[in-house]
Amino acid sequence: MTLADLQKGQWTQVLNVTDAYEQDPIAHRLRELGFVAGESVSVIAKGILGGNPLVVKIGDTRFALRKKEAQRVLVEQVK
Amino acid sequence: MDMASHAATLNIALVGNPNCGKTALFNQLTGSHQKVANYAGVTVERKEGLCQTPNGSKLRIVDLPGAYSLDAVSPDEKVTRDVLRGCYPGEREPDVMVCVVDATNLRLHLRFVLELMTLNRPMIIALNMMDNAQKQGLDINVAELERQLGVPVVETVAIKRQGTDVLLNALQTSQWITPEVAPISLDERHQRVRELLGTVLRRQPEKQRLDEQLDAVLLHPFIGLVVLATILFFMFQAVFAWAAPLMDGIVGGVETLGALVTAPFPEDSAIHSLLSDGIFAGLGNVLVFLPQILILFLFILVLEESGYLPRAAYLLDRLMFSAGLTGRAFIPLLSSFACAIPGIMATRSIQDPRDRLTTILVAPLMTCSARLPVYTLLIAAFIPKQTVAGLFNLQGLVLFSLYFFGIASALIVAYIMKFMRRDKSEHALLLELPAYRMPNIRDLIFGLTERGKIFLKRVGGIIFALTVILWVLSSFPSPPADFTGSAIDYSLAGRIGHFLAIIFAPLGFNWQICIALVPGMAAREVAVSALGTVYAMSGSEDAVAEQLGQLISQQWSLPTALSLLTWFVFAPQCISTLAVIKRETNSWKTMTFAAGYLFALAYFASMGVYQLSLYLIS
Repeated sequence: MTLADLQKGQWTQVLNVTDAYEQDPIAHRLRELGFVAGESVSVIAKGILGGNPLVVKIGDTRFALRKKEAQRVLVEQVK
Repeated sequence: MDMASHAATLNIALVGNPNCGKTALFNQLTGSHQKVANYAGVTVERKEGLCQTPNGSKLRIVDLPGAYSLDAVSPDEKVTRDVLRGCYPGEREPDVMVCVVDATNLRLHLRFVLELMTLNRPMIIALNMMDNAQKQGLDINVAELERQLGVPVVETVAIKRQGTDVLLNALQTSQWITPEVAPISLDERHQRVRELLGTVLRRQPEKQRLDEQLDAVLLHPFIGLVVLATILFFMFQAVFAWAAPLMDGIVGGVETLGALVTAPFPEDSAIHSLLSDGIFAGLGNVLVFLPQILILFLFILVLEESGYLPRAAYLLDRLMFSAGLTGRAFIPLLSSFACAIPGIMATRSIQDPRDRLTTILVAPLMTCSARLPVYTLLIAAFIPKQTVAGLFNLQGLVLFSLYFFGIASALIVAYIMKFMRRDKSEHALLLELPAYRMPNIRDLIFGLTERGKIFLKRVGGIIFALTVILWVLSSFPSPPADFTGSAIDYSLAGRIGHFLAIIFAPLGFNWQICIALVPGMAAREVAVSALGTVYAMSGSEDAVAEQLGQLISQQWSLPTALSLLTWFVFAPQCISTLAVIKRETNSWKTMTFAAGYLFALAYFASMGVYQLSLYLIS
């Protein structure tokens, strides 16, 4: 599942960031900002009507992401 | 300052992620010895300052734009990357890098530090916001961090006066440490940071996380918007309430000063007129804006310093994105309610060039403070003092709807531009929401004086010069003694006005209005005093406005008044705005397009309103 599918308050771990197209600069920037395998990430806030944009916390940083950006981040439940 | 110490001035570059407190640190180090300009060829702000260490050595400090990585995606980051590599044309290569890091967010900030180390340049790391780190119960082993990185690490608290002492002492050294690090991949960087944090960072059981509690409310999809609306409502109320007495004071002061200076000259002499209607009027026209602009900016700065504004951008992003803008456009557009000039300059914070251009093009549609004298005059003269539905003041409603009209048209124009765009690739938001912090008074005052200076220099210069030029146009040629109309009727401005009256006939503008629109190009509110001149009124500004209100309510028709109101919603009656658009986009084409589309919009909207109201009344 992707970051965009999460509910508020769910804690998960990043699996990886997928490119939406070739040489995707947004995916690259997401990786640079710390969306890498193993990092824990959660959703702090979601917009009304479909959660776009949403606010996530990765490590110690909060980012506001649009749905399309969040959909690039694959996550898995923390056991 | 002898030659030896001048030759030894060290070039220091302050570099770091956005939100690391770099600017506060820069302000603390350089105080008022700052110079703000642009980097050659781009509209990226360049800040340079001078600083002296305790032992007397001089430092030249450049505050580079915040960057997440040397792999640049925005014009800001490109500048930082190129300056650090020493390949930015016209920029000195820095001798030393001071990497500023937010101690409460080492996980993110250390990545950039590791990347910067591969530049193999002398560096010092400034661990900033140590006070916040302590409050959050973070225990950082600074000595171990220094040992592991092999680079000096100093603690700073940029907002406290002694908070930079350790850094200054460290900058006195003549023995710089230069890391020798091979290029490191992104994954390796992440891994290295994780290892580092494992050994140097210890978190104590979390002390009260105020941030999380605040975010639970302020980011809430419903409550968050209600809070935002309340804050905005309060802001605008305060701007009007607090500015009014200040503006009256300024107008009165300039008039008194003008009367003093012109007293020795005969009243109908050219020099008296030049001084009083040209120079002092020009001065008054510029200064009267300051209270509203400064008060609104004070609020914006407080919200910005507190960390709230990116959250407002997040809350509004959905609406703005669907209209073809971006949440980041919120601050520039909000600033445009005071004056579009600082608003347009604020668009530099929008990374996507398409979003930035759209925001610049719709900023002039925000109801700026210069429109208010025109609106006030026309509403007072033509809208009856009634209450609607027993609750709302009709005049207030009309004013509100003019504001709303401006915002709505901006959204519509942005939407149309979205469709007309050629480059339809994805726009990114990717906005960091920093930790909340108490705004620092010194930085607030600093930011306010900066903006005040910018306004006075950029706009003040133009308005003042234009007022004088237009005085010349309105006074010469002077009419012969037997001329019955007002002097302005005979002048060059008058002839232009009469010519314009033909073009503006379908809008219901009479020749007096057309004449007033010519000097009105200097600044919208100049149109009011120009109208006063056309109708040959004299006296203080308030007296003129009152007489004018009575006269036009008798001589003009309601459709004309409505159409003039509509004109002022859209028309770019402000050369300063057009000049700033040219400056910020570096393009005459864009400026011409902006002027063109706004005048066209104004023309057809006014014509529509005039013809429609004529039809409805008959």
